[in-house]
Amino acid sequence: MKNRQKVFETAVHGIFLILGLITVGFVLLITVYLVLSGIPAMGRIGIFSFLFGEKWASTAAEPSYGILPFILTSVYGTAGAVIIGVPVGVLTSVYLAKLAPGKIKAAMGSAVSLLAGIPSVVYGLVGMIVLVPAIRKLFHVPDGASLLAAIIVLAVMILPSVIKVSITALEAVPKEYEDASLALGATPIETYFRVSVPAAKSGIAAAVVLGVGRAIGEAMAVMMVSGNAPNMPSLFQSVRFLTTAVASEMSYSDGLQRQALFSIALVLFLFVMLINAALHFFLKRERS
Amino acid sequence: MKKISTATFALAAVCVMSMFGGCGKQGSDSGLNNGRAQSAAEISGTVSTDGSTSMQAVVGALKETFEAENKGITVTYNPTGSGSGITAVAEGRCDIGLSSRDLKDDEKTDGLEGTILAYDGIAIIVNPENPVSDLTLETLARIYTGEITNWKDVGGDDAEIVLIGREAGSGTRDGFESITNTSEQCRYRQELTSTGDVITTVAGNPAAVGYASLASVKDSVKVLSIGGVVPSEATIKDGSYLVQRNFVLVTKTGGTLSPAAQKFFDYITSSEASEIITKAGAVPVK
Repeated sequence: MKNRQKVFETAVHGIFLILGLITVGFVLLITVYLVLSGIPAMGRIGIFSFLFGEKWASTAAEPSYGILPFILTSVYGTAGAVIIGVPVGVLTSVYLAKLAPGKIKAAMGSAVSLLAGIPSVVYGLVGMIVLVPAIRKLFHVPDGASLLAAIIVLAVMILPSVIKVSITALEAVPKEYEDASLALGATPIETYFRVSVPAAKSGIAAAVVLGVGRAIGEAMAVMMVSGNAPNMPSLFQSVRFLTTAVASEMSYSDGLQRQALFSIALVLFLFVMLINAALHFFLKRERS
Repeated sequence: MKKISTATFALAAVCVMSMFGGCGKQGSDSGLNNGRAQSAAEISGTVSTDGSTSMQAVVGALKETFEAENKGITVTYNPTGSGSGITAVAEGRCDIGLSSRDLKDDEKTDGLEGTILAYDGIAIIVNPENPVSDLTLETLARIYTGEITNWKDVGGDDAEIVLIGREAGSGTRDGFESITNTSEQCRYRQELTSTGDVITTVAGNPAAVGYASLASVKDSVKVLSIGGVVPSEATIKDGSYLVQRNFVLVTKTGGTLSPAAQKFFDYITSSEASEIITKAGAVPVK
């Protein structure tokens, strides 16, 4: 009897191990595949002229494969989204975690969840039909499909992850901290901003990093609002991100062009790895 | 429970298929059709097509009528783009490749063969608010290469021209640039990844100009005439409308198609299919 139980335990253990290994296997497979298919083009183009070249003309008779415009666009776009999205997200989470009455909190909370569930193509579509013409009229530019449009769409898209992670961090602040502050005569608002937010800062930092990760990896929505021309980034210019550079040309590409697209994916992958490392760093600090 | 739902699904599928079959028989006339229905019982299988997104409307319509008449055969269409479709045929991953550009010489020497299915006019579209209604091919090229940047220079309002195009590698872009002789010189403001996106964008910006397959143009945009010739079936067929290209079926030279694929190939290149191709917005060869 006991023996049978032991066999069963071992079997279940084994199955779980295999399931876990499948995930690890996929990560390894993708990493190895991406590195193997991304390295050759960098070698042929030259790492320097690939990363710092300012001209991308992949289908020209004399093609040039410089991805600096894409890298800068991704960096600026993500930074812009964070500058707009994070203050809004963090303040919303302070309100929801500390100030909001029960009913409003429930309603707003589900609205935030709903925002997280909207497919990115819908963000893109609304951006394309509403936001892009609005930018054109508001700023009197010939065309509204621009870095600015992408930044605004991304800012909205990162809100749910920023808000949700921040709320969790703020709610984890020990009540004693706030009670002590209130007992010393601080008003509730003073308490939340001087005590709660600083106490939850690692968690909020993790929320920001998560938002950065979401913004830098987004392809569909930005492809629909950013115009996709491989220009150096500027707020009202049509721009192309690292993600959209891969997505927009992959279906028709071949030869060195395709390899170069894999190299772009590899660069993007490295960016995301860096962000993940940062996330781990903040989460670890919060725990200790 | 699962078994029941599978059975229900199968039953529903059979019902739907028989409905389609009914439609097909009603639509066309007698004798010849019975013969086809009988031989269809002998041939069954899947025909895979892969390639140009511009050919979606045409291939979709042909697939529908063909499947209605040949119940045993399923036609799949994978809209990946002309380049991918040609590669797929070469690698044997599909039966018939769909390309909205002519085969290049090196592709022909690699053992591929093209059969023209239909002609496709590329419509030059602007916003309905734009007063310009005609451009010459040369002016069009000068606009796309950035030589002319304001609508007032071609008889329109004083507004900067916003050039909307397709992404590098797109069949429509390749078609447009090779016809206007502007390869690699177009200064696009936006490079969009589908015909629908181009139409939506042009419809939303009074200063925009774009190009799209005539088959997919909608009323939300205005189609320009080129050198005084309005794109239509007649002007495309007689060659007087200049911005046009071929829809090509790609197969392996000397290779034999599966019986089902051969049947589909014969059907879509027959004069019988012309009407369907016309309805789908392209101009049939026959």
